[in-house]
Amino acid sequence: MNTRIFRARHAMGRTVRGPTLVAKDGFSARYDLDRINGIFSRPSHKLAGQSYVGKILVLDTAKGGVATAWMLHEMQSRGIVPLALVLNSVNPILAQGAALGDVSMLAGFDEDITAAIPNGAKVEVNPEMGLLTVVD
Amino acid sequence: MKLTDEEIDILAGKAGPVPQQALRHQIKVGEFFGAEDMVPVTQAHLMADTESLGEAGVRWLEGLAAIVDGQRRVRIPTITDPRGTDFANADLLGQTSAMLDLERRAISAFEALGVAMTNTCINYQTIQAPTRNEHVAFGDTGVVIYSNSICGARSNFEGGPSALAAGLTGRTPRYGFHLPEMRRATLRIHVEFTPTSLNGWGALGGVIGRIAGNYWAVPVIEGIEGAPRSDQLKHFGASMASFGSIALFHLAGLTPEAGKLTDVAAPGLPGLRVTRADVDELQRSYHTDDQVDVVVFSAPQLSLFELSDLAGLCDGRRFAVPLLAVTSPQVKPDADRMGYTARIEAAGGKVLSGMCFYQSYAREISEAMGWKRLATNSAKLVNILGGYGYRPMLASMESCVDAAVSGKLART
Repeated sequence: MNTRIFRARHAMGRTVRGPTLVAKDGFSARYDLDRINGIFSRPSHKLAGQSYVGKILVLDTAKGGVATAWMLHEMQSRGIVPLALVLNSVNPILAQGAALGDVSMLAGFDEDITAAIPNGAKVEVNPEMGLLTVVD
Repeated sequence: MKLTDEEIDILAGKAGPVPQQALRHQIKVGEFFGAEDMVPVTQAHLMADTESLGEAGVRWLEGLAAIVDGQRRVRIPTITDPRGTDFANADLLGQTSAMLDLERRAISAFEALGVAMTNTCINYQTIQAPTRNEHVAFGDTGVVIYSNSICGARSNFEGGPSALAAGLTGRTPRYGFHLPEMRRATLRIHVEFTPTSLNGWGALGGVIGRIAGNYWAVPVIEGIEGAPRSDQLKHFGASMASFGSIALFHLAGLTPEAGKLTDVAAPGLPGLRVTRADVDELQRSYHTDDQVDVVVFSAPQLSLFELSDLAGLCDGRRFAVPLLAVTSPQVKPDADRMGYTARIEAAGGKVLSGMCFYQSYAREISEAMGWKRLATNSAKLVNILGGYGYRPMLASMESCVDAAVSGKLART
């Protein structure tokens, strides 16, 4: 098993394990997602057309407006939600949304996390320890 | 986080479960960002359209509003961003009764919590602009960037749950743009072109937003000629915030914290140039069709001056495709009184109030009305609507009105 561990400066939520969906692109629930069908819908997004449901999203930075603060909660209520969010940098909206929506999140690494984590890898997000671990 | 005696009491539930829950949320966010303590705030501005809230969010609000123990009303003036509809004109947008019922339930819950339903994203033009160094908890990115940059106030992006929490506790975690050191410039932009049109200002803001790229970036901009007007800076900031998640910029020699460049910028700060070609390229990139299904002026809501300009362009015209102009409930009565609404509607347009187009179930509107190709002078709106299935096109107010008449958007 190939194990690699990355430490995050900011962390929130519960420990989860799942497959990654990785892109060097931003994240905004309002701008980028078809939240009904659970896919990235913004045509110019690098993950356009791909499902985010149950995935650990590994992205560059938070984008867009304030709606994500409510939308993660609404997405969680229907189970059409990412398993966790992992970003190089995050804005207050995403943190506020993750807090209300109970979505685990890590942010702030010493390297570009979108380059370090393979797409489709199985990872563990451990907010209590502030660690992202590639487990498979 | 270091808490005051009052905050310790709130956290212990001595003020009741509503402020207790609010403070818990604030501490969670504050600890995430390493905030040392809370800072008192004087106003909160709350984004909470029901497309964002959904059934789950409205139930969450109703749960708060149903609590009778202790303090459940906001402690400081707490106002709202645009709603998800204009009830008087919901049919024109193809909105369903279920959407309107959800809106009514949300409004009822907010009123029970003491929130003032101002329904505006231009509160800095219509309600009460914050002053320099005033700590506030504002939602709507356009409101935050204008308040921080033009007014010199201090706010982070506060999403609906956090703005409501700030209203209920009268404070917010002290991190980000509440801290003086975070307000210093992180990059220099030299602008070689000063736009005149609102879409030009929006496009310039979009270019700079893309360059700056993330929430913690603070561009200081040099080279702007003359003194920009409030509506120009409104579009500039709203677009920069939308394209780049930017919450604060400085204009050297113009905005309150940047009387001179060195007030905000360290020597040797890296710089970039932005040219007219960059601005034109952003606008051209959105011109993907010549046909137009609908023309929308919104995002941010229009000021009285914008409506006056629009009324002048509508005189003697007859629209072939729908034209919507969206303003605030504070501006709309003046627009009615001064005849602007009547002149726009005589040409076949419609003036809507208290909503904003992209916050009003834009995807469902597109499907119900068959609107895909949308012309607007708002760079913020074109940036948002791509994800909602539209083909948004950015043009001047004049070109958009011409497009409403002919159904075609002229290439520039």
